[in-house]
Amino acid sequence: MSSNSTPVETPPAKNGTQAGHASGDKRFKILEVHMKKHQFRHDALIEVLHKAQELFGYLEDDLLLFISHKLKLPPSRVYGVATFYHFFTLKPQGQHTCVVCMGTACYVKGADQVVEAVQNELKIKAGETTADNKVSLLTARCIGACGIAPAVVYDGTVTPRQTPASTLEKINQWVKS
Amino acid sequence: MAAKTLTIDGKQITAEEGETILQAATEAGIKIPTLCHLEGVYDIGACRLCLVEVTGTPKLLPACTLKVAEGMEVSTDTERLRKYRRMTLELLFAERNHVCAVCVANGHCELQTLAYSQGLDHVRYEYTFPKWSVDNTHRLFGMDHNRCILCTRCVRSCWHIEGAGTKNVSGRGGKSRIITDLNQPWGDSESCTECGKCVMSCPTGALFKKGSTVGESVRDRDKLEFIVNAREKKQWNA
Ligand code: SF4
Ligand code: SF4
Ligand code: FES
Ligand code: FES
Repeated sequence: MSSNSTPVETPPAKNGTQAGHASGDKRFKILEVHMKKHQFRHDALIEVLHKAQELFGYLEDDLLLFISHKLKLPPSRVYGVATFYHFFTLKPQGQHTCVVCMGTACYVKGADQVVEAVQNELKIKAGETTADNKVSLLTARCIGACGIAPAVVYDGTVTPRQTPASTLEKINQWVKS
Repeated sequence: MAAKTLTIDGKQITAEEGETILQAATEAGIKIPTLCHLEGVYDIGACRLCLVEVTGTPKLLPACTLKVAEGMEVSTDTERLRKYRRMTLELLFAERNHVCAVCVANGHCELQTLAYSQGLDHVRYEYTFPKWSVDNTHRLFGMDHNRCILCTRCVRSCWHIEGAGTKNVSGRGGKSRIITDLNQPWGDSESCTECGKCVMSCPTGALFKKGSTVGESVRDRDKLEFIVNAREKKQWNA
């Protein structure tokens, strides 16, 4: 395929400042800014989890740990709150995860068609996992990559300018593997 | 601080403002059954065993969180309360797998003792026989979720006495369970200081010292109180 589906390069952290998270994933930085807005207060936990879910589509252990470090809360507390509310989705079942950004910019560039294509192909709805546990489909709300809309995150890698065709290609690789 | 005069089971007593009915009753020598209450950590009123009747209030209220008030008339041992206590205990037994005969806490279990004292000889509800696991990964301690009544005493002592915050509750309703850190095996926990306070706090055989066999698990509750007094009141009265 063309440059369309190459993962976004992670820019090296400038002048030694560590940007958010060791992975360099920009979404951690955005989340950290959000936490800062709340002065890293303990009682902002639910609010922060909401934001994290918007950014990532689901709450992975690594992400919960990041939040617990930044808010200086016991990981067990963060995990407890994240599992108490039905609204939050923890790491999905599937071996692979496909998170389609449905934020405004991505939506107007056709993210809804991407979701629909995947739903029809895999016969699952967003938020579900295929019966063979291969793929989980999720949606997020603005992952902070509007410039490359519509963006899809395949197994944690933010990928720019996706179309139903490019997404299905990726997904079918997983299904066949 | 202002003193309050009230009656508990017909006995006139005075208590300090801010005290709970449970504290006032204990001072007056009146015993109210409790399960989630633990000296030294804050109360959450979760188990409902300490429910009492207050004249003029149709609702039953938990004595461990209810504050004393002037002129209050409290009853702790009516037929209605005994009925509810037995029901609560029966539900606890039916909810997980409490097989006392093979439990490390047999003979030293607060749930078992309460059941005897409330005259519970059978359970009317259907046992659910859930399949809960045992975490044996910690070097010194183990946890058998089958015997956990979710009183959260371990959670509160780990967080508020030890300060480690290793334990918490995940999920809700019937799916609730005690977790370690990010729902990891206890043995992998980075925050656990291996202090054993959670084990000392547990009213049942859910948390135990490794190597204890049936009936061996005696709780060292005095040690917990000693630590609390030392830390909070700066009193070292062992
Ligand atoms: S041993 Fe101490 S630190 Fe470890 S879980 Fe129990 S109370 Fe917490
Ligand atoms: S493990 Fe023991 S102390 Fe902790 S919630 Fe369960 S029964 Fe209570
Ligand atoms: S709307 Fe998709 S990245 Fe902002
Ligand atoms: S001891 Fe009061 S509700 Fe459990």
